Amino acid sequence: MLQRTIGSGRTRPQSADPERRPPVKPGAAVCTPLRDVAFLQESCQFRSCRKSALCSLIPSPVPVRDAAAMQRYSILSLLRNSLSHHQQWQAAWRSPEPKPAYEVIIVGGGGHGLATAYYLAKEHGITNVAVLEKGWLGGGNTGRNTTIVRSNYLWDEAAHLYELSLRLWEGLSQDINYNVMFSQRGVLNLGHSLQDMRDIHRRVNANRLQGIDAEVLSAAQVKAMVPILNTSPGARYPVLGASLQRRGGVARHDAVAWGLARAADARGVDIIQNCTVTGIRRENGRVVGVQTSRGYIGAGKVGVVAAGHSSVIAAMADLRLPLESHPLQALVSEPIKPVIHTVIMSNAVHGYISQSDKGDLVIGAGIDQYAGYGQRGSFHVIEGTLAAIVELFPSLSRVRMNRQWGGIVDVCPDACPILGKTPVRGLYFNCGWGTGGFKATPSSGFVFAHTIARDEPHPQNAAFSLERFTSGHLIDEHGAAGVAH
Amino acid sequence: MLLITCPWCGPRAETEFSCGGEAGIVRPTAPDTVSDAEWADYLFMRSNHRGLHREQWWHAHGCRRWFIVRRDTVTYRIDGIEKLGAAGEAT
Repeated sequence: MLQRTIGSGRTRPQSADPERRPPVKPGAAVCTPLRDVAFLQESCQFRSCRKSALCSLIPSPVPVRDAAAMQRYSILSLLRNSLSHHQQWQAAWRSPEPKPAYEVIIVGGGGHGLATAYYLAKEHGITNVAVLEKGWLGGGNTGRNTTIVRSNYLWDEAAHLYELSLRLWEGLSQDINYNVMFSQRGVLNLGHSLQDMRDIHRRVNANRLQGIDAEVLSAAQVKAMVPILNTSPGARYPVLGASLQRRGGVARHDAVAWGLARAADARGVDIIQNCTVTGIRRENGRVVGVQTSRGYIGAGKVGVVAAGHSSVIAAMADLRLPLESHPLQALVSEPIKPVIHTVIMSNAVHGYISQSDKGDLVIGAGIDQYAGYGQRGSFHVIEGTLAAIVELFPSLSRVRMNRQWGGIVDVCPDACPILGKTPVRGLYFNCGWGTGGFKATPSSGFVFAHTIARDEPHPQNAAFSLERFTSGHLIDEHGAAGVAH
Repeated sequence: MLLITCPWCGPRAETEFSCGGEAGIVRPTAPDTVSDAEWADYLFMRSNHRGLHREQWWHAHGCRRWFIVRRDTVTYRIDGIEKLGAAGEAT
C-alpha cells in the first residue's frame, strides 16, 4: 500500500523579500505582486479547512437573491433527503427563458465563464447577468482536460495569476458550498537531461522568490515518491530529478462547472444552455447586445469566454486575435488499484499522468499540429504519448484504455492568456488559455469579473492585454506550459 | 491522421509532414514603414477560420518542399492541393 502524502507537507508560501525579487523582464509591463491582494493574505482560523479569507472575511456586497430558496448542501440535508429517497433534491440551477436584456452577458458556460458570472455577482454586486452556452455546461474544455491544478509558472505576471487561482481553489468548495474534490496531492515535473534540470532549478528558484511553494527532488527522491517510475540509468528517458509543487493537485472538473453554476444561479445569474451566439450588435463602437439562436438579447456589456471558438466570436465584432485553435487529446484507462498518488508531468517526452479517485489513469497527450475545430485528434499523437508513458512506467504497459477525447484549445503565441478590453467598448475577451486553462478557472473569473465591472483590468491581469502583441511585451511561458506547441 | 497528397510525391501519411499554419500571410515589403499594429497583425494575428481554409504544409520526411492544402477545419476533409505560387504567393 502506498503511503499517501495527500494533506502532508503543505506549506503556506512565504512572502518574498521585496529587495530580493527577480528583476522584471526588460520592457515587460510591471505586474502587481500577489501580496497586494490583501484579503488573500489572511489565513483561515480553521487550519483544517484552509479556507481563504475570501470566503469568510469579505461580506457579500449584495443581498443574495433566491438565497433562501437555494438548499445548502450539508450532512443534514443529505440525511433529510434520504428520508424521501433522494427524490426531492432541488435542481442545482434554474433554466430560465432569456430576458430581453441584461446588464452583462457572458458568452460561454464553461468554468471560466461561470466563475466570471459568480464573481460578478459576489464581488461586484452585478446580478443582472446571463451566461449563454451553446451546448451544455462544462461540455467544452472544462470537461475535457486532465484536471491538473498548479501555479509553478516562470514569469511573475503568469505565476501570480495562477497562484491567485490556487489560493482561490484552496477555499472554493466551502465558498460555493459544492465539493469540487480539490486534492492537493502534489505535481511533479520530471527532468530528463541536464538542460531540463537547469530549467527546473531556474523555475523553482523563481517560484520561491514569487512566494510560491516549489522544490527540487533528486532522482532517488522521485523514485521514493513514485515507485513504479522507471528511474534506472538504462531507461530510454532517464530521470535526473524533478520539480515538485506540493500544493498542486487535481480537482473534479465537472463539479467545478456545476458548483459555480449553482452558486452563480443562487445569486440571480441566469444560466441559459443550448443558446448559440450568432452575432454581436454594435452601435457607435459600443456593444449593445448579441444575436442568438434564441433571439436577440440586449446587453450593456459582453464578456466572451469561448475558448477554442474565441476567434469565431471575435470575427463577429470584426476583431482579429493572435490565436490558433488546435485539438488537444486526453484519455483514461480502466480503473486499477492505486499506483500513482500524485501528478507526474514530463514536458520533454510529452506525457502527463495522474490517477483519479475511482482508479482510472488520466493521461494527457499533445496537440495536433494543424488547426482544427473538430473535438477529436489524430491517433498517432496518442500513440506517441502512450509510448512515452510506457517507457516511464513499464508496469502500465498492459493497462487497457477506456475512453479518449479531444478538446479545442486556443493557443496563443506566448502560451499566456488574453484577458481584457477590446477596441469595441463594452466588449471584453478572456481567451488564449491554450492547453492549461483549467487550473486558472477561479482567478480567471475573478480578474475578468473585475475587468468587466470596473471597465479596467485588475492588477493581476493588466499584463495580459491584447495590446501586448503590438507593444511586444509578451510573457513567454512555453517552458512552464506543460504541453509543447 | 490525415492522408495528404504531396503535389510531387503523391499520397502520404500526415506524420511525414509538418504543418506551417495559415497560408497567404504576406510579409510587409517595407517593415520600417508599417505601424506597430500592422506589424503585429502580420506577425501574430490569425483568421483561425472555422470551416474551409488554406494552410501551408512541408513534406519534411519526403521531398522537403512546401505546398498549400485547402482543408475544412471542422470535418478535416481535404478539398484540394496547390503548389506554391499558383495563387500568387511568393515562392
